[in-house]
Amino acid sequence: MGNESMISLSGMVMAPVLAAGLPLAAINWHSVLFLLFASLASIFAVGVVLADNVVRMALYLVFSLAATAGLFFLAGAEFIGAMQLMIYVGGTLVLLVFGVMLTAQAPFVSIKPSAADRALAGLAGSSLLVVLLAAALSVDSWQRPGLSEVTAPTATPLGMALLGMRVDGPAAGAATGAVANGYLLPFEIVSIHLLVVLVGAAYLARAKRRRTPRPIDAAASAVSVVEGSTRVELPAALPPRSGSASALVSGGSK
Amino acid sequence: MSDFLPSPLTLAALVKIGLLVGGLMTAAAYLVLLERWIAAWVQDRRGPNRVGIPFTKISLFGLGQPLADGLKIILKEDFTPKHVDKILYNAAPLVILAASLAIFAAIPFGSVLPPLNIPGLPDPVPFLVAPGLDVGVLWVFALSSIAVYGVLLGGWASNNKYGFLGGLRSSAQLVAYEIPLGLGLLGVVLAAGSLKLDAIMNAQAESGVWYCMAQPLGFLVFFVASFAEAARLPFDLPEAEQELVGGYHTEYSGIRLLLFLVSEFLHMITAAFLIVIMFLGGWHFWGITGSSQQITWLEALLRFGILSAKILAVIVFFMLVRWSWPRFRFDQLMNLAWKVMLPLGLANLVTVAAVEEFRPQFTEALGATTAGWLAIAVPWVVFFVGWILAGILTPSGTDNRPIRAHDPLDIERGIREHDLAETELAGTR
Amino acid sequence: MNIVSLSAGCCLFATGPLTEPVGVVHYLIVGAILFTAGVVCMALKRNALGVLMGIELVLNGANLNFVAFSSPYLRGAGSATLGLDGQVIALFVILLAAAEAAVALAITLNFYNNHSTVDIDRADDLKG
Repeated sequence: MGNESMISLSGMVMAPVLAAGLPLAAINWHSVLFLLFASLASIFAVGVVLADNVVRMALYLVFSLAATAGLFFLAGAEFIGAMQLMIYVGGTLVLLVFGVMLTAQAPFVSIKPSAADRALAGLAGSSLLVVLLAAALSVDSWQRPGLSEVTAPTATPLGMALLGMRVDGPAAGAATGAVANGYLLPFEIVSIHLLVVLVGAAYLARAKRRRTPRPIDAAASAVSVVEGSTRVELPAALPPRSGSASALVSGGSK
Repeated sequence: MSDFLPSPLTLAALVKIGLLVGGLMTAAAYLVLLERWIAAWVQDRRGPNRVGIPFTKISLFGLGQPLADGLKIILKEDFTPKHVDKILYNAAPLVILAASLAIFAAIPFGSVLPPLNIPGLPDPVPFLVAPGLDVGVLWVFALSSIAVYGVLLGGWASNNKYGFLGGLRSSAQLVAYEIPLGLGLLGVVLAAGSLKLDAIMNAQAESGVWYCMAQPLGFLVFFVASFAEAARLPFDLPEAEQELVGGYHTEYSGIRLLLFLVSEFLHMITAAFLIVIMFLGGWHFWGITGSSQQITWLEALLRFGILSAKILAVIVFFMLVRWSWPRFRFDQLMNLAWKVMLPLGLANLVTVAAVEEFRPQFTEALGATTAGWLAIAVPWVVFFVGWILAGILTPSGTDNRPIRAHDPLDIERGIREHDLAETELAGTR
Repeated sequence: MNIVSLSAGCCLFATGPLTEPVGVVHYLIVGAILFTAGVVCMALKRNALGVLMGIELVLNGANLNFVAFSSPYLRGAGSATLGLDGQVIALFVILLAAAEAAVALAITLNFYNNHSTVDIDRADDLKG
């Protein structure tokens, strides 16, 4: 039934193709949408590399990953697409943007790499891309059977698999008795992992206690200095108003 | 069929998109008018009541006001301040509007149409843009969490401290309240056994028990969290006119400000839709709407009307709340999210899971009617216990102002400073 | 440099007109572009958060391939797919990426607190 949602999504990009004069019935909307999302994902991924401003990099990354979620939807992995939008784009990247904004003091908004580094990275990147593309193009036997033949909602089998029960093709076809296992154990491991990470991240990022002497001690010692000396001179280390300092301390310890 | 015509399925989808977007935009415009009317009514004054048909004396109770407002804001100078980050400044309103419009792809705005018998179009036609989407609730939830980027980036790009503060505040708020929102939503998904919003409505219509009765705690948590997600008073800290001028849209004007404002109203409409669909029975009303998928035209219209009426009622409630409660302070907001709403949401989830787990056994032992009443009674007990516990365990008013310690050192130092000043004064004399 | 490779990829798409169905290969190409962009980003950026973004891109490139290999829409007649396995792996990658980002961000913020910079070229305290 992913079919209908795709077709309805395809309505959004219909106008430009109408202008091109192609017969509408001949157009494969799945391909058109794929082209749209694929080019968005690739262009913004390259944008992340080329941008120097870290906030813009974050924005491009958001767009790129959101377009990737669109690609997941087009591949029939609706649940993964929704999770990509929800966890990745809506959670992880918000955290990342938050981190960017917390650290984006003026000198760090754009730290530029040197020209030599750029050239080297470009060389290495393009050679890697050539290798990967060669590998990708060698898998050309996989072709689509036509959209209407496949109408399998993915959320239910996926949920069943995570509960340790396989209801989809490979496992259900195992009439030989070798039943494929689900993913209950990995699921549990991941949940424990997330808990550990939650605690660990909170521990790492917690507000540090001050190493410097507490303001109230400084104020007290300063006062004693004044008392001990015969000359009337306020030491520079004395906070302007001890009232505010002691208030901070007692407020913090409360 | 001609090659140049799209298929009936595509055509139906296009018609639905057109109706929905047109309807939403009109609704957003008229909700502004409604909000002003309600504000006027609450404050005991006359609201906007002059603008009617242009160039005539017909005023129509001010129904022309949205047109005038929209025209004014569109025709304003399209001003971009010099100190902003141009790309982000322009992208932010588009991101937020696109996300808040795309949400409606998975939100049903009625039940189904009676059979039309058009070849190529599977009957019945649902009032839903993307009926095949298997993960409707997740889609809505995911896209509403994307809206935070518009606010965050808008605040950042403005290069203005009020804007930035508003952006950071709102992102912290939205991220925090997504968790109780999700917990409230999970209870409903668990009870209905589906992620599709139309299936959730059908489940309520079939049983006749709305989820606000079966899961009062989930309803409370979801309702409060959706206020926060829509950034309505008493949770409107992102904008907080009195403190932050306008928050993240301080530097925006003209059409871009309009986009922000429209998407704010869209968020409110989304929240109302979700509350009605998930907890208030959607299009269902006992005795008059029927519950099956085989319906007549009258029933189809009735269902649409009832859904709209419920949504309007929720929105009016939103607007009344605006003039009834003062704004939370930010630490109170966070305390509410993490210390009250999160435990209550978890309690609701556990209760729903337990009820759904033991219901078949109780149905066998006690009969369907008794088990049904029990499944309603248990959550209500949990609701009151949770409410009371939350009231006892979390102080109703927290005070985090720095406490001025009245320590003796302070007084002594004051005296000493006074003496020092005296001596100095004496020395200069 | 990447513009060139990108345009090469676009030409490849253009050879199949809009009427042709999409296959696994198309997905792999996009995955390759994302992966390369991520690797270059990781190597090139001096901002610690930029490196983190590169990691996210790499993970997404891999995820795209997993989903493509498991997709029922791209399956050839008679050829086996990863089935649900690919989707589950992609799901786990997304979850673990969230965990990774949380820890990496905590480390970055700690580094920023201690050194007042996010330039990883200046994280050389352990250099002998």
